[in-house]
Amino acid sequence: MNAPVRRLSLVVAVLFASLLVSTTLIQYVFAADLNARPDNRRTLLSTFGRERGEILVGQTPVAKSVPVKDEYKFQRVYDEPKLYAHVTGSYSFFGASGGLEQAENSLLSGASDKLFYRRVSDLFTGRRAQGANIETTLDPKVQAAAADGLKGIKGAAVALDPSTGAILAMVSNPTYDPNDLASHDLRVVDRNSKALNADPDKPTLNRTINELYPPGSIFKVVTAAAALSTGQYTENSMLPGPRVLDLPDTTADLPNHDGRACGSTPTITMTQALAVSCNTAFAYLGMQIGADALQSQAAKFGFGDALAVPMRVTPSRVPAQLDKPQLAQSSIGQYDVQVTPLQMAMVASGVANKGVVMKPYLVQSVIGSDLSVIESAEPQELSQAVTPEVAAQLNRMMVSVVQDGTGKRAQIPGVEVAGKTSTAQHGQGRKAHAWFISFAPANDPKIAVAVIAEDGGIAGSEAGGGIVAAPIAKQMMEARLNR
Amino acid sequence: MSIVSSHAPRRGRNVELALVVGAVAIVLLAYLNVELATSGTIPPGTLTLVGGYLALAIGFHLVLRWRASYADPLMLPIITLLNGLGLVMIHRIDLANGKSIADGVALRQLMWTAVAMVIAAIVLVVLRDHRVLRRYTYLAGAVGFGLLLLPLFPVIGTSIYGSRIWIQLGPFSFQPGEVAKIALAIFFAGYLVQTRDALSVAGRKVLGLTLPRGRDLGPILVAWLASLAVLVFERDLGSSLLFFGLFVAMLYVATERVSWIVIGLTLFCAGAYVAYLAFGHVQTRVLLWLDTFSPEALKASDQLAKGLMGMASGGMFGTGLGRGRPDLTYFAESDFIIPSFGEEIGLIGLFAVLMLYVLLVQRGLRTSLGTRDGFGKLLAAGLSFSLALQCFVVVGGVTRVIPLTGLTMPFLSSGGSSLLANWTLVAILLRISDHARRPLPEADAPSPVAEARTEVVRMP
Repeated sequence: MNAPVRRLSLVVAVLFASLLVSTTLIQYVFAADLNARPDNRRTLLSTFGRERGEILVGQTPVAKSVPVKDEYKFQRVYDEPKLYAHVTGSYSFFGASGGLEQAENSLLSGASDKLFYRRVSDLFTGRRAQGANIETTLDPKVQAAAADGLKGIKGAAVALDPSTGAILAMVSNPTYDPNDLASHDLRVVDRNSKALNADPDKPTLNRTINELYPPGSIFKVVTAAAALSTGQYTENSMLPGPRVLDLPDTTADLPNHDGRACGSTPTITMTQALAVSCNTAFAYLGMQIGADALQSQAAKFGFGDALAVPMRVTPSRVPAQLDKPQLAQSSIGQYDVQVTPLQMAMVASGVANKGVVMKPYLVQSVIGSDLSVIESAEPQELSQAVTPEVAAQLNRMMVSVVQDGTGKRAQIPGVEVAGKTSTAQHGQGRKAHAWFISFAPANDPKIAVAVIAEDGGIAGSEAGGGIVAAPIAKQMMEARLNR
Repeated sequence: MSIVSSHAPRRGRNVELALVVGAVAIVLLAYLNVELATSGTIPPGTLTLVGGYLALAIGFHLVLRWRASYADPLMLPIITLLNGLGLVMIHRIDLANGKSIADGVALRQLMWTAVAMVIAAIVLVVLRDHRVLRRYTYLAGAVGFGLLLLPLFPVIGTSIYGSRIWIQLGPFSFQPGEVAKIALAIFFAGYLVQTRDALSVAGRKVLGLTLPRGRDLGPILVAWLASLAVLVFERDLGSSLLFFGLFVAMLYVATERVSWIVIGLTLFCAGAYVAYLAFGHVQTRVLLWLDTFSPEALKASDQLAKGLMGMASGGMFGTGLGRGRPDLTYFAESDFIIPSFGEEIGLIGLFAVLMLYVLLVQRGLRTSLGTRDGFGKLLAAGLSFSLALQCFVVVGGVTRVIPLTGLTMPFLSSGGSSLLANWTLVAILLRISDHARRPLPEADAPSPVAEARTEVVRMP
């Protein structure tokens, strides 16, 4: 009977071998799929059960994980939730959504490869895995000033440090309370998230980087930069500024906002044209330099770039194919030119920083749970948009806008402010968007700002940007300059 | 003259002692792991508990030294380790359910362990020679089939979570199938040793297979019907598969005829298929097996799915004892203790546990090979194979190799009847192995027959 016993042991070997295969399939081969299943409570619990890193503004956490008694162990809490909602984003049962919570999820949760050595040491010391803290570049005073200025207004405000690209303020209105989504009660989260998604004003949308607007007259800065860069124009070049510009190849023509000529003389300087925001002069200028020059100048300011700050920024754009009338329209920021507020802040910041556009960033440093610095931001040059000479001319032109032109409301006593207003039309019969971009002090810029108030313009008047948006920008600059 | 050298074979009792101490040390380490991971402190009763367990294991070792000094030295350390790891995991799940050691399941399991070890020791002491069991072949058969079908009787049989494999006597509930496994192995061994000639020699050859005569098919048909009854009425595929598989395997070992395996497998597959067509609960089990994550299956039961997700979360190295969430799966301490281990000690740890079972079964099969008598051979092979098959049915059930069943993992799962039965099973294997490894009496020693006076008439 020994032969069949030996064969029986072979059967036993086959039985156990099949178990080794089946367990390997589950715990190794398909483990990732099983862990990624939405109904996997363990994955949910292990992500919720982990102490997520903090998001800091200055030294103050605006998002933190607080120990609680329920099975998730930690509750995500947002301090000043509405002020920083679009910076932090939210962290809920459905995962990290928006803002730094989503963009830096792996660092905050501790899963990032950058934390690899730390995780290995955690493995041996038995310490519970902990996420890293994210320190933002935001200046709380500028942020508060922007939010205060935008109170009750749909729109966005963003501020940059021109010399580094650090984002000093990022405010989008209307806003929301991420705490509503961070609840541990699934039904509450579900109800709140449905309500937010159904809101026509899109409160979760970060308008500073993910909404495209027509820029209107603030785009004239780009047109001027392109013209000056050709070398054929200076700030004092004389341009025609008639009441109406006749567009070629079409019966349509291009009028000034107020339907009047830009100056008392048939021609005016480029500086004057920018100060009064002369449509006809810049449309003429655009047609003179050509579509290529305009497009490449815009690209040098960052148009078309897929930036991450680290949240993804929707690229701004100048249409590729432009006939003459379209070029004329585009030169004054109409037709199909589409920009984010951040992009326009980058234009202001490029002019302010002697022509160099710095790559915008929101994360100053990544700090481990043991307070060691894991990563620290290094300012990076995005591009040399214009030469320092052209930048200096643009700087002076924008100063005159605030001193003598449409941007007087942005004046700060004792500080030279450079700026540009805009009232951008977006469709017949709708109120125009009011824009303002600026930087200050003009001789040593510390802050560059872009502000938009949706539908904040006054129809048929260039005054909108100057009246509605400029004071907000002014408040932000004052907050930065301690005025 | 040839000189027969007689060297004393190694008994291995000292090795066994060292391994038993090592096994308890691993259990202690696992226990400390759990406590440190969950509460961060070492509870004051640690020494008492682990010391008590060590005392029990060494006590059993001493019984072996005393009564079965040639017994296999690996079996006791292996089951000491498995049983101890089971205790630790059950305690760990107690903690997750908010129970302390005093009111948890683990303490009860520890007491059952003690009872099981004492009974197994008594079996070793009382049963001086396994061949005695052969005398009780038909009694064992009656007891075995009786226990197997007992849960079907009203009043005492209870249906717990869909499977009717429990009997309820007052406050005690018992899974008689575990004990039936041993009784039936004894019965099959005794019966087959008697009938193996008839079952193995006669028959016609068809397509290279020697088929048995029609009238010799009786026993296998009876076993088949009994296993189908278990499947259909007790709703338990595991027990059904275990008993029928055990019978067919022993039949094959006894007769060395492949045709019995072919006939057995055909019968079982046919029976299972008919049961699948006829009974809703079998269909549900199959659906859960084949399409675990479909909405219909999850509606019926998400237990298997949860177990799988638990194992997946453990991955290669596991979360570490006390750091996973095995308590999210129902019956994490009994039917689903394997996923609990998979989650916390990882694929590597689970492999190690499975290897312990392989080693145990292999020692049992070696015992079978070394045994000189046919009954012992069959019994050892049958008991070892039943262990292997039970592991396959349980682990295969939770890892989707076969449909999920309600059997418990020997030595690991929570449950007194399972512990009693499996410790006794190993006690019988140890007894047979002692017999197998014990050297033959010296050939030149005067045989008792030579000494005996010739008897003509036996005087009362």
